[in-house]
Amino acid sequence: MTMRRPVDTVMVEQRAASFTRRSIKTDSKQQGLRLALSMIDLTTLEGKDSPEKVRSLCHKAITPWEGVLDPPLPSVAAVCVYPSLVQVAKHALEGSGVLVASVATGFPSGQYPLAVRLNDVTEAVKAGADEIDMVINRGAFLSGCFEEVAEEIAQVRIASGSAHLKIILETGELETLENVRAASDLAMQAAASTGPIEDGEVFIKTSTGKVSPAATMPVTLVMLEAIREYYEKTGVRIGMKPAGGIKTAKQALHYLVMVKETLGDDWLSPHLFRFGASSLTNDVLRQLIKQNTGQYGATYDFSEA
Amino acid sequence: MTITTQPETVGGWDYSPAPDNTKITIEQKNKLFIGGKFVSPKSRSWFATINPATEEKLADIACAGRADIDAAVRSAKSAQPKWSRLSGTERAKYLYRIARRIQERAREFAILETMDGGKPIKESRDVDIPLVAQHFFYYAGWADKLAYAFPGSEPSPVGVCAQIIPWNFPLLMAAWKIAPALACGNTSVLKPAETTSLTALRLAEVFQEVGLPDGVANIVTGAGDTGRFLAEHKLVNKVAFTGSTEVGKLLMRETAGTGKKLTLELGGKSANIIFADAAIDQAVEGIISGIYFNQGHVCCAGSRLFVEESILEEVIHKLTQRLGSLRVGDPLDKNTDLGAINSLSQLETVERYITSGIQEGAQLHRANEQRLPSKGYWCNPCFFTDVQPSHTIAREEIFGPVLSVMTFRTPEEAIARANNSPYGLAAGVWTDKGSKIFEVAKQLDAGIIWCNTYNKFDAASPFGGFKESGFGREGGMQGLRPYVRLGGV
Repeated sequence: MTMRRPVDTVMVEQRAASFTRRSIKTDSKQQGLRLALSMIDLTTLEGKDSPEKVRSLCHKAITPWEGVLDPPLPSVAAVCVYPSLVQVAKHALEGSGVLVASVATGFPSGQYPLAVRLNDVTEAVKAGADEIDMVINRGAFLSGCFEEVAEEIAQVRIASGSAHLKIILETGELETLENVRAASDLAMQAAASTGPIEDGEVFIKTSTGKVSPAATMPVTLVMLEAIREYYEKTGVRIGMKPAGGIKTAKQALHYLVMVKETLGDDWLSPHLFRFGASSLTNDVLRQLIKQNTGQYGATYDFSEA
Repeated sequence: MTITTQPETVGGWDYSPAPDNTKITIEQKNKLFIGGKFVSPKSRSWFATINPATEEKLADIACAGRADIDAAVRSAKSAQPKWSRLSGTERAKYLYRIARRIQERAREFAILETMDGGKPIKESRDVDIPLVAQHFFYYAGWADKLAYAFPGSEPSPVGVCAQIIPWNFPLLMAAWKIAPALACGNTSVLKPAETTSLTALRLAEVFQEVGLPDGVANIVTGAGDTGRFLAEHKLVNKVAFTGSTEVGKLLMRETAGTGKKLTLELGGKSANIIFADAAIDQAVEGIISGIYFNQGHVCCAGSRLFVEESILEEVIHKLTQRLGSLRVGDPLDKNTDLGAINSLSQLETVERYITSGIQEGAQLHRANEQRLPSKGYWCNPCFFTDVQPSHTIAREEIFGPVLSVMTFRTPEEAIARANNSPYGLAAGVWTDKGSKIFEVAKQLDAGIIWCNTYNKFDAASPFGGFKESGFGREGGMQGLRPYVRLGGV
């Protein structure tokens, strides 16, 4: 089991706030917004999701905006859905380069027998998921059963096969930053226990989006610091995905500043950094188009999905 | 960070220049503020103030001679009885108005502070000016409650206060001096440092705007001689000085036997102590804000870093990484972390210390070698390892972005090394163990001790040092004490 690293909340918050004071203007804003767009996991995780909803989301993922911009806008990184809709998404995204991510392991609570959770993963992979967004067993983590949590992560990684794995810590339920740090360290080590990790093959992710608070800057900073130390020890680049609560282009730029100043430019790529978000896309588009045309579009100028 | 391979998807993402372009006007001839009016110096002498980031002249400043000082002190003297007879509530009204007006003109003050002094706009905007307003608000609150600050005695004003301030936080130091003096019913003659007079003079405009009675606060500009004339003046009842220990000692000799009250806030060589059980990533943030804040032009800068031996390598590694992310350059750019060194002479001083560090055998780490503008006074932030306690860079105040890193093995050793200094201004303690914080902090010989943080300022918190760092406190209830006489009725 890893040593628990102390984390000081006050200074983490101070440092996290400092990233929001960077002033991102003109060219760097344009570049940053395009980068943010390319990093989005466009997500729909609702009980009322239907194949048609997912198909329109996939269309939006490939072509975020129908207008013409020079250079053309990038597609988003992935579409994130429940396992039952993976096939629909896979079909709709075929040949586009946009990946299919599926939540699994009894998302969002994870409160199912391990066999059910693993089967969830197997089915999602079989249906064509390129990436599996798993949830850790928070109950076990909070009661101190770290080996159980680690063992389950290892088994999920095996069940995921060649699909990339994003490990959701659900930081809103872990509550303290020290827990966030400990869970990050544990997740990376557990994933590595089943075999070598290629850069970007494993992500750690803040939240399901179903628990408040979801992603915050301080939580993400602590996770980035864990990734940095893991990279320095092993040479392996683990990815990072804050999810939930990032709704505006400005917030997205703050996160990119944080990634840049904590991990360096290497991580400024959809290969190693993602935003789990839905409404973020339209705000990024709105800002990008404003930068090009000088006018803000109305909210109804952009498709819902 | 030390990443060697190239990313496959994108190149670097850098921040475009983001200068604060707000235009402000600066008078070409800046006169003295005496008796509520801007007056030409009787000395007929002027000097130039420049922007240290560009070496361009900003304006001419009046150099007050003996006759000007005499006029200023006399104006303060004649205004004092009436000012002190005002009720505390009335005096508070003026102070509140000053605070609000500073908030309204905050942007202008921040830009001017940055242009004249070289500090990054991020700091003047987010730290200096908000604290200035806070200080006036805070002491406005005390003006009608002085009897409660000193229960059992009758606080009365001291009289005319000669206040001499340094160039590192020009307007903030003016606020630290003027606000408590006025709240207690004194009048003031303030002399800003010669390289940074502009914001103090603009504060004088604020005094006019709020209708502060003539002579209650006077601003006289000039260099060392002006300060000396002021401190020596017979009608001065109190001298408050912030600056070098050398000048502080001089003032102590000068004022001895004159009946003048004196407070001194002098230099420092503050220890920042990091234990192995600290949250290291956050402690590194504390090292950074401890020594590189305001280019290290901070009297309480954590310029001696003591790291527990077992984590030295890790701390140096993380410090190197973090130092690399600091942006040095145009102080008016909102993304600048370190601005210009305040003056050529200070730059020479800092460089002399860096040379002495190398010559005495310490190892220099220049983790941040950004290209610096060709004009202006610049110093890349750096630190030394292999520093011995006897090295000059470990003993003397550098007042620049230069850190000396040393180690310790036990808490006792850390305390002994930290206290082994002629100074005693501030200290930082970093550990995750609450009990250790209290154990160590109570044994440190420093006026201000920050635990798991550094360089935090608040108007309600007293600031001041021990030993050669001076005496007297500024800020908080304690900050009232130097500005009152206590008596019984």
